[in-house]
Amino acid sequence: MNDAVRGETRERRIEVGQLTRVEGEGSLRLFVRDGEVVEARFGIFEAPRYFERLVVGRTPDEVIDIVARICGICPIAYQMSAVHAFEDLFGVRIDPAVRALRRLIYCGEWIESHGLHVYMLHAPDFLGYESALAMAADHRQLVEHGLQMKKAGNDIIKTLGGRAIHPVSVRVGGFYRVPRRDELAALRPALERAHEYAQDTVRWVAGLTIPAFERDMRFVSLRHPAEYPFNDGRLVSNDGVDVAPSAWDTVFEEHQVQGSNALHARSKDGRAPYLLGAPARIALCADALHPTAREALGATGMAERVKTNIFASIVARSVELVHATAEALDIIEAYRPPSEPFTPWRARPGVGAWATEAPRGLCFHRYEVDGEGRIAHCAIVPPTSQNQAAIEADLVVAGQAVLEMSHEAATRHLEHMIRSYDPCISCATHFLDLTIERA
Amino acid sequence: MSNPELRPRLRLGVVKFASCDGCQLTLLDLEDDLLAIAERVEIVEFPEATSARSAGPYDALLVEGSVSAPEHLEHLARLRRQAKILVTIGACATSGGIQALRNWADHDAFRAAIYAHPEYVHSLATATPIAQHVKVDAELRGCPIDPGQLLELVTALLTGRRPQLRDESVCMQCKRQGAVCVMVAKGIACLGQVTQAGCGALCPRYGRGCYGCFGPREQGNAAGLARFLQSAGKHPREDVGRLFAGFTAYSEPFRSVVTELGGTPGAKPRGDAASAHAPATAQEKR
Repeated sequence: MNDAVRGETRERRIEVGQLTRVEGEGSLRLFVRDGEVVEARFGIFEAPRYFERLVVGRTPDEVIDIVARICGICPIAYQMSAVHAFEDLFGVRIDPAVRALRRLIYCGEWIESHGLHVYMLHAPDFLGYESALAMAADHRQLVEHGLQMKKAGNDIIKTLGGRAIHPVSVRVGGFYRVPRRDELAALRPALERAHEYAQDTVRWVAGLTIPAFERDMRFVSLRHPAEYPFNDGRLVSNDGVDVAPSAWDTVFEEHQVQGSNALHARSKDGRAPYLLGAPARIALCADALHPTAREALGATGMAERVKTNIFASIVARSVELVHATAEALDIIEAYRPPSEPFTPWRARPGVGAWATEAPRGLCFHRYEVDGEGRIAHCAIVPPTSQNQAAIEADLVVAGQAVLEMSHEAATRHLEHMIRSYDPCISCATHFLDLTIERA
Repeated sequence: MSNPELRPRLRLGVVKFASCDGCQLTLLDLEDDLLAIAERVEIVEFPEATSARSAGPYDALLVEGSVSAPEHLEHLARLRRQAKILVTIGACATSGGIQALRNWADHDAFRAAIYAHPEYVHSLATATPIAQHVKVDAELRGCPIDPGQLLELVTALLTGRRPQLRDESVCMQCKRQGAVCVMVAKGIACLGQVTQAGCGALCPRYGRGCYGCFGPREQGNAAGLARFLQSAGKHPREDVGRLFAGFTAYSEPFRSVVTELGGTPGAKPRGDAASAHAPATAQEKR
């Protein structure tokens, strides 16, 4: 903490130089004036990689391979948003079995990402460890179950896409190769165990001491009448937004915040910052959860609390682990390979856009395709850059509570809070940059 | 024989530069072995996985990502001084990664295309591999790295030997697995002949051509393959150029092929006449 007296106003800056147990490189600054937290900045110092420019001149199928590399934890989210954007533009109708496999590979990513987050990144905060590896010394079985759950998710991606990170099978119209029934059936024993572990996880996290925090949230997610949202549905909010997934940019926009050169997403009509991800999906789509997941959520008695206390997001993520393991098992049970792995398609010029549900929230892609079927322009809005305004608004509120704490305790508390949003900084980085000093 | 209980544990660091985090995540993806590794190795620095921090020294340091921002240069030099053994992991660290495609482009135009205030973006004109800046003791290729190769590396570090990684082409692995050759059977352009093995010939087994994510083999004749793909009449020059302009494009000899075939596709706005020009090197444009 740096204390400085400037003029009549006593200013204090609380800084966390590098956040740990998050994906990518970020920092946090709180600005305090006269005992009031006046501003919070969730900074990103990850170097930009210019993905929107790298895809210019490429074919749609090349884009699917390239945008996966935005994030090692959620490559499927990028592949899915891109593939649906192109299929929407080209009018490609995918086989129902392909649609089911897309949901299955997304289940795999949610299981892998939530398993990682709940056990390796977030749980150590609640139990007071520096890492899951340190936690394993006292809670070996717990961490092993978390790892085995994560592995079951990775194995789905590996079976469908060849490898757990940056899989190679997704293409416009379907997949390069689809699995046989017996390949998917081989995943069942581990998934059945993972489903049990996920239910244990919900019970366990519901019993953790959740720090106090209370705030009315604005939530945004996809919503589908018959299924929990992955690739399809309507883009909705708890205050009346209801548009097609391709129409994100009719409701929201990106803008540059003065004094923090991060591009934030916001509502065009000036409404409050909004939150994406597991808490938003639970808030908006709990009725579409798999019955086992709905039951697990109900048993916690925390269905309302996950909507107001971001620290309780670990419960929301755990409930989604129950959902994703259950749905994966259902898809595998019902699976019949499609007659062809992909539907042939022809590029047509125009604008294709779509949003899907990354583990950490809505991921929007927009592509302009030219007459030769190449990308002329691209815009990608990852979940973390959309959550950023809500994170900073919440940090101003929560920051007030840490002012009396020691620096170490304050740092731990605020890092714990930021991890609760499951930020994915590598994703956000092609938009965000280090703080600009205020004028 | 010395008692392993009495030996100090190997101090391991895992750090990153510009990257997607996928290669360091591969360590956490060794789900069956991770806790056993953590018993034999002291992970002293790994910001993605632990809040415990160490600025060194490290017995071994795994480095992910490419050198892409001004502050990376000094940071990397400091890390090198702290590391007995420095191992680069993944295509970004070993080759510059997909972001190295900007090395063929006008960096200012790239920045302006994405940022409203490009002047505030701290970014070098080039994204370059770690070995271009400091001495590297070993490398794991791939976008991402292969979990089996990572486990072999960790085992080798623990036993004090060099990692045993098969030095052969994707093509050889593909043949050995009895996969149907996508080039012969389907006329699909494939970089398997000139690409380092490590992935298990994944793409051909999934019915598509290799896109070179483990990078060029030293002895591979990339220029020859590029000529062959065009001469067969099936693959236009531009398509062959884009195939080489992938995740390891900045590694020679892929780099020369990309330059020869007109640079990277996104280097100029669509519609401009493509002109062959060589990529900038870190030294020129820094």
